[in-house]
Amino acid sequence: MAELLFWPALLLYGEAAVGYLGEARRPGALGRAATWGVRLGWLAQTALLAVQAARRDGFPWGTWAGSLDLFVWLVVSAYLIWGCRRPYRLLGLAVMPLAAVLLVVARAGGGMATGEASHYSNLFLVLHVGLVLAAFAGFTLAAALSALYVWQERRLKVRPASVLRLRAPALATLDALALRTVAWSLPALTLGIAGGAARLVYSHDRVDALVAVTALTWVVWAAYLLLRWRAGWSGRRAAYLALAGFLLVIVVRLALPASHFS
Amino acid sequence: MRLVLVGTSHHHAPVELRERVALEKEAARELAARLAEDGREAVVLSTCNRTEVYVASENGEAAEREAVAALSELEPEVESALYRLRDQAAALHLFRVAAGLDSLVPGEGEILGQVRVAFELGTTGPLLERVFRQALHAGRKVRAQTAIGESPASVSSAAAALAEQVFGDLGGRTILLLGAGKVSEQAARNLRTRGAEIVLVANSKTDRAEIEERLAGVDVVIASTNAPGIVLDAETVSRMLARRRGRQLLLVDLAVPRDLDPAIRDLDGCYLYDIDDLEEIVAETLSGRRKEAERAESIVAAEAEKFHEWHASLDVVPAIASLRAKAEEIREAELRKADGVLGRLDETQRGAVEALTAQIVNKLLHLPTVRMKQAAAAADGVLYAEAVRHLFGLEDER
Repeated sequence: MAELLFWPALLLYGEAAVGYLGEARRPGALGRAATWGVRLGWLAQTALLAVQAARRDGFPWGTWAGSLDLFVWLVVSAYLIWGCRRPYRLLGLAVMPLAAVLLVVARAGGGMATGEASHYSNLFLVLHVGLVLAAFAGFTLAAALSALYVWQERRLKVRPASVLRLRAPALATLDALALRTVAWSLPALTLGIAGGAARLVYSHDRVDALVAVTALTWVVWAAYLLLRWRAGWSGRRAAYLALAGFLLVIVVRLALPASHFS
Repeated sequence: MRLVLVGTSHHHAPVELRERVALEKEAARELAARLAEDGREAVVLSTCNRTEVYVASENGEAAEREAVAALSELEPEVESALYRLRDQAAALHLFRVAAGLDSLVPGEGEILGQVRVAFELGTTGPLLERVFRQALHAGRKVRAQTAIGESPASVSSAAAALAEQVFGDLGGRTILLLGAGKVSEQAARNLRTRGAEIVLVANSKTDRAEIEERLAGVDVVIASTNAPGIVLDAETVSRMLARRRGRQLLLVDLAVPRDLDPAIRDLDGCYLYDIDDLEEIVAETLSGRRKEAERAESIVAAEAEKFHEWHASLDVVPAIASLRAKAEEIREAELRKADGVLGRLDETQRGAVEALTAQIVNKLLHLPTVRMKQAAAAADGVLYAEAVRHLFGLEDER
């Protein structure tokens, strides 16, 4: 059943990615089709996650690939909150290809399977994994907003004749949204890390690479907020910092295979 | 009922002629009321680019003559520049006008409001009510489903659109005007209608220190002085940037020779556009509008076709109404004849017989009604209507 739901989700996310590419070339019908692709793909993936949850008595996303699957769903959910509105359609160009690729990676890694048993409680896993992944999804969205900012800023500097034909959200709007997204995401990561740290101490486990890089990610995003609020960072500088922070998110999600829940 | 259009526009008449037949709102209302005497309907659409009279009348020839006479009264020379359209062609023209497809700048949005006002001021009945409502619907649909009206069509509106690309909502944003040329005033007006505020209009007598002070706080600078050289150099702007704490600054240079140092472009957070940049942007957006116009034309054509079907069905409506009245008359007469037998039935049984006979009549007449309406849309409506009248003996009921 999970397999059956994976393909529609992937195809629809893929369709959305291609649609947003078309939207960038000629705004209109392709952008609308892409938006529906996101919505329907999200529904398919939601059903997939529900099937996974129902199939196993417990938390099915504790594995590396399983959590990647959940991460993709959270990223698309965060994008769906306002990303489907017309001015933000181009944001889909940064989000949906990534979502489609990560979904494929999650499947290749066995993310559609039931998942391994964990000696941690379901409540702990839901809170710890859920909060950390939700924060990472927020950072991903903030990075997408920042990437769009850098691209739009470059266009306004270069002054192509088509600068007004293809409308992206205003620089000020992108800047403010990225900040707001990080401001919501960092507390979630903080709580997720705090929960994990408490458990680590309680069970006398060792700090592994995943924990270390996640902590480093927290430091970078905390610095992002601090620099924006205290040092007045904004615009391109802040966008580059957000993109650097996102690299760490990618490292945590993809480059570190370790799962410390089994 | 025929739909008649007589009018002139920027395609047919120069501005010297158009301005002599242009009408204020009250005059347009009065003319519409005058032309609508004797049971007609009339609407007068008068803008700076067109004056058009729409009349709905049983006698199309007479209505057209009167409309031509009314416009010639305003200016005799206009007669040679008048176009005359009827029925579907007139409706299609109105739909194109409402969609901005007949405008000087394709897709301009003001015309839709002007069509609405003309409609409200007119003396309308079933036909003009229908055609104008459908025109307004077509205009809105074109704007919603195409990007024809989204891009700026002038240098001044391009400047405002660029400001929105940088700042988003312009409410509370501030503008510094260096010099006050016509285009820069238009640009500033465009920004003000979007919520921005002019904080200083500087001229050659304005204190330099005040300009620099304002520069540290404003969001948009629009320059159009007659100065022979650079008025604001990159060094001055760079000095001010430190005080701006990363806030973006949009600079629009509308002057020739240029007022703003091109090196400002290299400064972080500064976006400088000169007149050539803006003209290129406008040329590009206008070409985009023309592409969108192709899509808009198909929307308008579909709406015009719908109107045609409705209008054509009017030819057969009297015949359909007579046929149904005749059938109903027969049904009631037959029920009365059977009253002796039906009188013995109770209320429920009698109601069932009434419903049954009404249903038989409706079912029998449904297909002929649909076929007549279809034939009307294909221009055979009158023939079908005549045939129905003849076959069912409805001639005397006209």
